[in-house]
Amino acid sequence: MSAPALALRQTGSSARPLRVAVPVAVLLALVPLVLPPYGAILLAYGLVMAIGALGFNLLLGYTGLLSFGHSAYFGVGAYAVALMVKYLKVTSMELFLVGAVAASVLITALFGVVCVRYTRIFFGILTLALSQVLWSLAFKFFWVTGGTDGLRVPTPSLFGGLVTGAGDKTAFMSHAYYYYVLIMFCLCVALMWVIVNSPFGMALQAIRDNETRAEFVGVRIWRYRWVAFMVSGVFTGLAGALWVPLNGLTTPDIMHWTFSGEIVFMSVLGGFRSFAGPIVGAIVFNYLKTYAVGYTVYWQLLLGAVLVALVLSLPTGIVGTAGKLAARFQRRD
Amino acid sequence: MSLLVTKDLMKWFGETHAVDHVNFTVKESEVLALIGSNGAGKTTLVNLISGLLRPDGGQILFRNEDVTRQSVHGRIKAGIARSFQLVNLFDQLTALDNVALTIFSRGGKTANLVTLAAGDSAVWDEGHEILRLFGLETKARMLAGGISQGERKLLDVAVAYALRPKLLFLDEPTSGVSTREKAPIMDTVTSVVRSTGISAAIIEHDMDVVFNYSDRIVAMHQGAILADGTPDEIRRNETVTTTLIGTTEAR
Repeated sequence: MSAPALALRQTGSSARPLRVAVPVAVLLALVPLVLPPYGAILLAYGLVMAIGALGFNLLLGYTGLLSFGHSAYFGVGAYAVALMVKYLKVTSMELFLVGAVAASVLITALFGVVCVRYTRIFFGILTLALSQVLWSLAFKFFWVTGGTDGLRVPTPSLFGGLVTGAGDKTAFMSHAYYYYVLIMFCLCVALMWVIVNSPFGMALQAIRDNETRAEFVGVRIWRYRWVAFMVSGVFTGLAGALWVPLNGLTTPDIMHWTFSGEIVFMSVLGGFRSFAGPIVGAIVFNYLKTYAVGYTVYWQLLLGAVLVALVLSLPTGIVGTAGKLAARFQRRD
Repeated sequence: MSLLVTKDLMKWFGETHAVDHVNFTVKESEVLALIGSNGAGKTTLVNLISGLLRPDGGQILFRNEDVTRQSVHGRIKAGIARSFQLVNLFDQLTALDNVALTIFSRGGKTANLVTLAAGDSAVWDEGHEILRLFGLETKARMLAGGISQGERKLLDVAVAYALRPKLLFLDEPTSGVSTREKAPIMDTVTSVVRSTGISAAIIEHDMDVVFNYSDRIVAMHQGAILADGTPDEIRRNETVTTTLIGTTEAR
């Protein structure tokens, strides 16, 4: 169990995590009022990626399974939305989310059956291989997926049609859609918090720590891993569905294994041993990547060097290091 | 009355007959010691009964039900639990979490992913009570990986005990701890076992522990049962003393 969860039980209430979460949510809600539209849209991208990384970390941080295939589930969410637009002429964001969740459940249930029987490198390679299968399907079946041209997704309507994207798209994305993403982000964080601090979450951590003993206290290893795999994939699929209206277009690139690598990196950068690590890592990574791309054509080289330096200097991630520093200052006091 | 019976149980590893036509019984509410030199087949026998290994032949009856082909989960439900020779805990969870997880699992609550574990006060109260029984209440908030070896041994047994089994296998509960710590560990374990009326089968090499704490002793040698009797009978059994115990007579 994570330290925050332990603290939660000691206080006997959910007051402590709320003391952190509420001010952060208020600050995030103020962003469109104080930042220019570009800043809000950039943060919306970061929040979307944070949902995906949060889902990914249920496997890595809590179950001990390193997936190199989460780009597939992100892509499933994005393509589910794009295909609903193309074939069903849907424009409702709520229907997009339902469709993306349904598609993610289906794909992760199938992939999970194959993958969760294995651990360590075998699990990682299987997830990578399966994601590449989906990538090649998106790449080759161009009459369905648009191939490398991808599929366009127009501005959706929000809250059952109460808010529409007619007019200035930038204003819509930096205000209405930003708040939509923020609400989804808060819901996803709250739901994931409950999951990792539930008896099921404890069982996942037991599997991570000691699979044999977990089996001998009655935990059904494969079944729990499979459920964790699905929950993880659905969160990442949901992120894909929220991402595609922001981007306006989905292409096979987001299903490529290199994008899975970015999701892994977000979690490691923020600190996969803490609940907030992947959230912070995703937002920071998004800023780093955006500014590196704008700074030089050799942005991959620059980004790689910065990330290697960060990981080497902060081995427990940004949140892990911040926690250690905070503990050191508390001891001094 | 027999709680557990094995009939001609067999396990081969290549040419080695690790468990060779073993007919082994554990009675209700007894503390049984399983002794034998390294490689005698004691741990393999426990692995077969607990479901970690599949037998190559024979039958395992628990409370007159055939559990030979049952999964580990099925055997736990039936009432068989075990601890491990090398301490097997969830090191990144606290001592209390280790026990609480087992209680959640026993109640089928680990399938619940939409309520906070912290809210189930009955589980945490029971967890504290079990830690108190094993003298670990002051370690409740410490990570299992951060407590002493003797305490880890006790916690290992406490985790198995939290399943509320009818039969508890303890694989060398005092191995790797100092001589001074052995008696307190065994006092605690046997006191809990006897007070709750469950049966315990203890694999042990320390003959002082074996003769002081068990009601019955089963001696194994080269995969087969060499002798079965009370501590006095085993002490007088020449085959056992010459084959396994060596200097015990002098003690």
